[in-house]
Amino acid sequence: MPEDSEDPFRKRTGVTRRGFIATIGTGAVAAATVGPSATAEAAPGAEIPDAAELLRVTLTINGRSHRLLVEPRWSLLYVLRERLGLTATKLGCDRGECGVCTVLVDDKPGYSCMMLAVESEGKTIVTLEGLMRGEELGPVQRAFVEEDAFQCGYCTPGQVMAVEGLLRANPNPTMDEIRTGVSGNLCRCGAYAHIFKAGQRAAELKKQEGGRA
Amino acid sequence: MIPDERYYVTDVPPETPEPADQPAPWTTTTVVGKRLPRVDAYERVSGAAVYTADVVLPGMLYAAVLRCPHAHAMVRKVDTSKAEKMPGVAAILTDKSPGADVPWFNARTGPLSRLFDPHCRYEGEEVAGVAAETPYQAWDAVRAIAVEYEVLPFVADAEDALKPGAVAIHQGGNRSGDVTRYGRGDVDAGFAAADVVVEQIYSTACEIHAPTETHASVARWDGNRLVVWDSTQGVYPIQSGLVQLLKLPSSSVRVIGHYMGGGFGSKLSVSKHTVIAALLAKVTARPVKLHLTREESFLAVGNRPPDTMTLKAGVKKDGTLTALQMTVLGTGGAYPGGGVGGVDWVVRDLYTCPNVKTELTDVFINAGQARAFRAPGHPQGAWALEQMMDQLAERIGMDPVEFRLKNVPMVSQATSGTPPYSSTGLKACLEEGAKRFGWSEARKRARTEGPIRRGVGVAAGLWRGGGGGPPATIIVKLFADGSANLNMGASDLGTGTKTVMAMVVSEELGVPLEKIQVEWADTATTQYATASGGSKTVPTESPATRAAALDVKQQLLTMAAAQLKVTPEELVLKNGEIVSTADPSKKVGITGVTALRGRGLIVGVGYRGPNPEGKVICPFGAHFAEVEVNTRTGEVKVTRFLAAQDSGRAMNELTYENQTQGGITMGLGLALTEGRILDRSQTGKMVNRNWHDYKIPTAMDVPVEQIVIPIDLHDYQANSTAAKGLGEPATVPAAPAIANAIYNACGVRTPDTPVNPLRLMGLLAASKKRG
Repeated sequence: MPEDSEDPFRKRTGVTRRGFIATIGTGAVAAATVGPSATAEAAPGAEIPDAAELLRVTLTINGRSHRLLVEPRWSLLYVLRERLGLTATKLGCDRGECGVCTVLVDDKPGYSCMMLAVESEGKTIVTLEGLMRGEELGPVQRAFVEEDAFQCGYCTPGQVMAVEGLLRANPNPTMDEIRTGVSGNLCRCGAYAHIFKAGQRAAELKKQEGGRA
Repeated sequence: MIPDERYYVTDVPPETPEPADQPAPWTTTTVVGKRLPRVDAYERVSGAAVYTADVVLPGMLYAAVLRCPHAHAMVRKVDTSKAEKMPGVAAILTDKSPGADVPWFNARTGPLSRLFDPHCRYEGEEVAGVAAETPYQAWDAVRAIAVEYEVLPFVADAEDALKPGAVAIHQGGNRSGDVTRYGRGDVDAGFAAADVVVEQIYSTACEIHAPTETHASVARWDGNRLVVWDSTQGVYPIQSGLVQLLKLPSSSVRVIGHYMGGGFGSKLSVSKHTVIAALLAKVTARPVKLHLTREESFLAVGNRPPDTMTLKAGVKKDGTLTALQMTVLGTGGAYPGGGVGGVDWVVRDLYTCPNVKTELTDVFINAGQARAFRAPGHPQGAWALEQMMDQLAERIGMDPVEFRLKNVPMVSQATSGTPPYSSTGLKACLEEGAKRFGWSEARKRARTEGPIRRGVGVAAGLWRGGGGGPPATIIVKLFADGSANLNMGASDLGTGTKTVMAMVVSEELGVPLEKIQVEWADTATTQYATASGGSKTVPTESPATRAAALDVKQQLLTMAAAQLKVTPEELVLKNGEIVSTADPSKKVGITGVTALRGRGLIVGVGYRGPNPEGKVICPFGAHFAEVEVNTRTGEVKVTRFLAAQDSGRAMNELTYENQTQGGITMGLGLALTEGRILDRSQTGKMVNRNWHDYKIPTAMDVPVEQIVIPIDLHDYQANSTAAKGLGEPATVPAAPAIANAIYNACGVRTPDTPVNPLRLMGLLAASKKRG
């Protein structure tokens, strides 16, 4: 777990979250009234992008740095899937209900559909692809294979990331903690019983391998 | 609509060549039946599996659909002029666009509608389609299209649809098809002969399939040839649908449906969004992806129809059923959707009863069309029948398991000529399930005092389909190095189809699973298969796979016989070697067969032969639930569950267990959490069209202890692999088992789904059973 006691939305490259939100609201009004070049008040020191203007961001994903131009409204999920081709992370509801888009944000599971790409700057993002070592599966993935912890497999990347995040915070979870750990990840095929077993097995495998991802 | 019509070919006789010889039963198996991880597990956990929603093609556009926001409306004017000029917009299609007048919703009388029909009969019906550079821009354009609607009065309830003066959804009124009637014996005489007669009205709410991958299609034209990636249960039905609608030869429509994120019956045939994607790709000359939003998936791509079921039953004190009478009113939405199809089958066929009468009425309402949903009709019918069985058992003072065992039939009473089942494990499911669950002891442990009550319940079920049948063609190739390729058209919904078929090849040819490549679900490169649905994929495809592998084996042995100068009949294939039974010193490894090396590979073809005459093939199951009911809050916690299933041979115990647990989980949703809510009084619109308000079971709702008992009956009368279907029978008894456990715990009957805390508190208050 990173020891980060600073404001998690602190300024990294000129766009603070607060300033950004202020911009979205006022920008839309400005565009509707006096044109796209108009500016409005925002948090001191923040740049004020236009809603339709592409912003330059640098995202740290699976240990690599990606420099991108993004629209302010693009979600992290959209950028991962449709711009970077990292399609292991799935799109299920686009409204923070199902968890198929779960990634690790600074080691904690988070819904990438509920994060904007611009607010992901400065954070360490890990997707399912980031748990692989080359072509080799990580311990949580192997546990899912052994226990047959999926059916259609569409929620699986999110389930794996939820378990990975759980085990990074708590290497010895109880069954109740495993259930809670994946409770934000829906599985319509109903493979939960095997997912619980995979959570237990993943904890064992991770320990055998000294906790590698 | 009988289930068969949704899953099988109905317009041509299902005839395929019979295998030359029906292969002998397996005496022992070394691969089939084992607990083995899936052959595509790596792809599914690594992210390497590309689902339709994941497809990204060079130059690809993103589509979005403008849908009618009213339950019932007439589109008067569509103005796209502003939207067309917006950034990134490439094309907009409306009813007026050339080529968009595609007929839709075919009934016996002809098409009831068209692709963008101005008469919108449900909220979510398609009005226009947009393609743009990004999905965000496509939605910007959808919002900028100005539509003038004439909002019409609506019907949001099946009973209201039949009231005099109800708004007519179609010209012929609101009845969908004729009333379906069935009868045998004399129910009046049966009720007169009964010691106890009980009558009760039950209802099940409309459920939404809600697969995690919503419906998605990617369309690309190469000149006048169309390639479609589709999240589907069957590439061939999608191809034939597109061929008919777009008037193209089959050779010009390729459908690829590799990985798909769940279907449950909602992805069996071609949907409007697929055609919209194809038309947009045509006018823009660019690939187009259309991935429906979660909200759209709740409105427009199917549901389990809601049914109200009045059931009257008569029984003698010794537990003999004397009469069953059922009346059903259901609705498949605004177009023919099988609103009552299959609902009465368990009443007709699950238990021995000489006198049965059913009457089913299907009506139109202003809501999305129903589609097949995991055992169409059966979970609804079982919700009624299996609670009724519990009520009858209590009235005659008999144990509910004993009562069911007394009425287990060996013949299909509702099938003409009352033919026997090819096999029935219903008795074994009940007996073995009760034993492993500890039924008698658990019933004694029931806690009926205090705020937290505990109880147990049982229910049984069958699925009318599940026997499979022709047509199916499979090709197996054996390479000279001893590895193999399996080629089948069937989709693998996550049910383990690829794994089970590869295991059959491995069993026959001795090739290890990791040396078998599976090629599947692509109309350009794989063999003909019907859609994966109806729990028929394993019993349909596995005998064809076995036949194809045997064809390879026969050719291999013939080659080896020439080389060893013996007859093929005396040769066997064992551990990668071909050995003479007459003289074991005469042998050759697969890689040593020179004729195979010379040719490069052997191609074997297998067909699915016909089912046996005069037999009915059905899977059965019995479920046992233990629950805790909080009588102060109305919360129900399922603490333990056991499912005993007879699906013939269990082909892979690991995936069998998983799929059955999925059936339990879905039944738990039917019983406790799920139900579409329409705003009946004000707007007719669906108010819970998302996963926050429409609750499917989560990890916190299911018990950790979900025991699955395969009653491993090898049904060689059914087919050459002795397997029956599993996916659907595994969910049929789950909900009523929970309902009966709730009654056992707190003494309150729960005739309506979902039994959520609000509803249960009302029932507890009315019966003064609060703790």
